[in-house]
Amino acid sequence: MARSLITLPVSVPRGQVFTVRVLLQHPMEGGFRVGADGRVLPRDIVRRFRCLYDGEAVIEAELFPAIAANPFLEFSVRAADSGSLLFVWEGDHGFYQREQRSVVVT
Amino acid sequence: MTKPRPTRRQLLAVTAGSLLLRPAQATPESLAAALRDFSGGAPLREGQVRLEVEPLVDNGNTVPVSLSVPGLPPEQVQALALFTERNPQSEVIRAQFGPRAGERMLATRIRLATSQQLVAVARLADGSCWMQRVEVVVTLSACLE
Amino acid sequence: MRLLGLLLAAALLPLLPQAAEPAGDGRRSGLADMGAATQAMQRDDSRNPGMLWVLQGEQAWSRPAGRTSGSCAGCHGDARQSMRGVAARYPAFDAALGRAVDLRQRIALCRQRLQPAAPEPAESEAALALEAFVAHQSRGLPLAPPADARLEAPRERGRALFGQRMGQLDLGCSDCHDALAGRRLGGSPIPQAHPTGYPIYRLEWQGLGSLQRRLRACLAGVRAEPFDWGATEWVELELYLAWRARGLPLETPAVRP
Repeated sequence: MARSLITLPVSVPRGQVFTVRVLLQHPMEGGFRVGADGRVLPRDIVRRFRCLYDGEAVIEAELFPAIAANPFLEFSVRAADSGSLLFVWEGDHGFYQREQRSVVVT
Repeated sequence: MTKPRPTRRQLLAVTAGSLLLRPAQATPESLAAALRDFSGGAPLREGQVRLEVEPLVDNGNTVPVSLSVPGLPPEQVQALALFTERNPQSEVIRAQFGPRAGERMLATRIRLATSQQLVAVARLADGSCWMQRVEVVVTLSACLE
Repeated sequence: MRLLGLLLAAALLPLLPQAAEPAGDGRRSGLADMGAATQAMQRDDSRNPGMLWVLQGEQAWSRPAGRTSGSCAGCHGDARQSMRGVAARYPAFDAALGRAVDLRQRIALCRQRLQPAAPEPAESEAALALEAFVAHQSRGLPLAPPADARLEAPRERGRALFGQRMGQLDLGCSDCHDALAGRRLGGSPIPQAHPTGYPIYRLEWQGLGSLQRRLRACLAGVRAEPFDWGATEWVELELYLAWRARGLPLETPAVRP
């Protein structure tokens, strides 16, 4: 399980937008670098990230090797009902991680 | 003791002299193809997209960028994407907004192989596209392992 | 020679505008030499990649290890209290070893003697995470090198190392970081080189690393053979650097280019 850091407000008024920040510990090895032995280090990146709010899409992103290691994403969500945010990262070599956080809407 | 990773200087020295399966640098054609793939062939008009990035970066390995479309109603903006002119691959990130999205914005951190142009594109619900281009200067760090 | 050429070019450039100087005597952290976006990356815990390691260290703090299956928390309790101020007064003298040790070595010694458990290898993710977590408990506190007479001799050796010309480029730390701090080398600002935020998240590494790792890069930069990993020279240098930076607030985990 890779370490993740997810930040969102403690509570949000209904109808307002709020910002979510996610950080994931991941090398994002692009597949272009050459190791000390002269061989290309194989690609190992997170390729897809999505955030769902009570099952409906907030954002779906395709990530490419140019995304820096320990990928950081910041995006905006519109507060509807109190519920749950699901975060899913998928990548090379079967990488799969999901995290869940509650949204409190006032 | 962990083995130090190769420096960018070492990397450039090795790849310059060796045969690669991938091109060492994206071509104008590959950038155009990547843009076309995202835009679906729609013409790219300049404007509406705000691309925030420092003109002289602290380090090309981790460059904060922020894309947004402040001037249009959010429901109109379907997707945002970022491309580079000279990285080995043109695409950096492509994001589609769903029904629960708030503002049409996206911030992340990217890697830039060299000084180059970044292209941010917004695709609207009606299929039309807007773009913004920014030149960024990348220098090598002085003291590398 | 390219580095020397750049150095000469940098000498012709105007001085950077002075940023905030908390010490009031012209000394300032490398934080001030970075662009706004990188500064924001450090200042906001929701953006700071170093916090991923601090979180990892927090978990390791409570995890049992070693033959007695003790954890750091078993003896030290809540790190927020027990570790507050500790990193600010390192390197410190270890009586049993009879020499100065840095924070990582101190943590390793503690594990070895008291848990007892094998120490994490130097520069491993686990060692860095624990060091980052402990040092983070002193964030905001001024660097306070201890007034220990036994540290004077190694600190003086560190001062001599700082001024000593080294490597094929025949440069000493002082030549850039005292004489030319605030100017630019190529595109990069030359910081005053205060170790206020270690372990740091270095953008170049795209990961967390120790002061020792960073100093190795400095020596490589002047084409000098770095001292061995774990050599006493690193602790001596750090003793001097910590004294030189006394009073500046700790920032762990700092973000640096």
